[in-house]
Amino acid sequence: MDVPAKGGFSFDMCCRNGMMEKKGFKAPGFLKTGTTIVGLVFADGVVLGADTRATEGPIVADKNCEKIHYMAPYIYCYGAGTAADTEAVTAGRESRVVTALALLKSHLFRYQGHVSAALVLGGVDCTGPHLHTVYPHGSTDTLPFATMGSGSLAAMSVFESKYKEGLTREEGIQLVSEAICAGISDDLGSGSNVDVCVMTKGKTEYLRNHLLPNPRTYVSSKGYSFVLGQTEVLATKITPLKQAEVTIGDAMEE
Amino acid sequence: MSIFEYNGSAVVAMVGKNCFAIASDRRLGVQLQTVATDFQRVFKIHDKLYIGLSGLATDAQTLYQRLVFRHKLYQLREERDMKPETFASLVSALLYEKRFGPYFCQPVIAGLGEDNEPFICTMDCIGAKELAKDFVVSGTASESLYGACESMFKPNMEPEELVETISQALLSSVDRDCLSGWGGYVLLLTPTEVQERVLKARMD
Repeated sequence: MDVPAKGGFSFDMCCRNGMMEKKGFKAPGFLKTGTTIVGLVFADGVVLGADTRATEGPIVADKNCEKIHYMAPYIYCYGAGTAADTEAVTAGRESRVVTALALLKSHLFRYQGHVSAALVLGGVDCTGPHLHTVYPHGSTDTLPFATMGSGSLAAMSVFESKYKEGLTREEGIQLVSEAICAGISDDLGSGSNVDVCVMTKGKTEYLRNHLLPNPRTYVSSKGYSFVLGQTEVLATKITPLKQAEVTIGDAMEE
Repeated sequence: MSIFEYNGSAVVAMVGKNCFAIASDRRLGVQLQTVATDFQRVFKIHDKLYIGLSGLATDAQTLYQRLVFRHKLYQLREERDMKPETFASLVSALLYEKRFGPYFCQPVIAGLGEDNEPFICTMDCIGAKELAKDFVVSGTASESLYGACESMFKPNMEPEELVETISQALLSSVDRDCLSGWGGYVLLLTPTEVQERVLKARMD
């Protein structure tokens, strides 16, 4: 019987999939988050930023996806790499940034880079603001400002020229937005909008779609209007739905 | 040839005003030969939740059977139907479990929530969820479907208009893909009824 598994991976389809590959059927590609993700430490905390494009090869699969993952009340994590991996790796618990870091790096190291998630982890805990980057093989860096993803070079150039210690909150958000915009314009794997997350002691602000530099402008004002009944239909079946009745109290009560 | 192109498929779901529509093609092929023209790709989980599975047909059927099993267990334990968001997380977890030996399916999930808010999402074959507020597509015809839906979709469509739009988007897209088509099936769900239609399409 197929009992639900208690977490971890199951490798029972590997034989069959291997057989298919040998017969010449290539495995499909996965959804990647091409991406520009950045973080910086400012006077009172940490600001993280990301673009919102998800790609499937050269096609944009999602124009406004969320790359931020919540780990704990004041610890957030942005991910690049295979979308499924970054979502699964960040289902964590702890309340110190270094603990979250240790959990992430040990998980990724265990899978020797096959779980392809590159993350920027930032947060504020009782010991102050922290910013770390985690690579798919499990190595980590602790930095005052960091960028990851295909757009990291574009974003790093902005940081290297404009970062200084002791930035204010507004300056931090402004700098992060500029760095992400650089990634959006100069990297094909990143695009759409800018998401920003500001974490300070006791408060997290998630500014979803903080900037919308690429609005959709090719909308036709008329749009397509189809005549009702235009599509040729061979058969129609209409089933009314029963509305669920809620009975208060247990019918079996004596 | 890719494993996804072995059977050929096209699935699309669109959101309307307090309703949603999910549509698929009806071809089952073995590479370039057509074996059936009435293949079911959209399956019912409960009255207000449907899942469309594109990709390898055998994995689609196995995955559907596993999901129905898990949902029935949930119904027995919780004495109610699963919410669409919960079901999407269940599918994602089931697919991610097989991260290194995946099911070759891309599910499209469409459901009506508690307050009759439509919910749609799609995933890649290892469970990366993509929620959308307008439409989601999957299958060999996905590139054409993206284009057709992007131009034909309008927000807050009434049920009749939604059915026309999704049918036209599906039929025009599968006509540009050799591996999918041979008929269309559209399911429209409103809070009071389910309408299923079989469309007349090019049989080539």
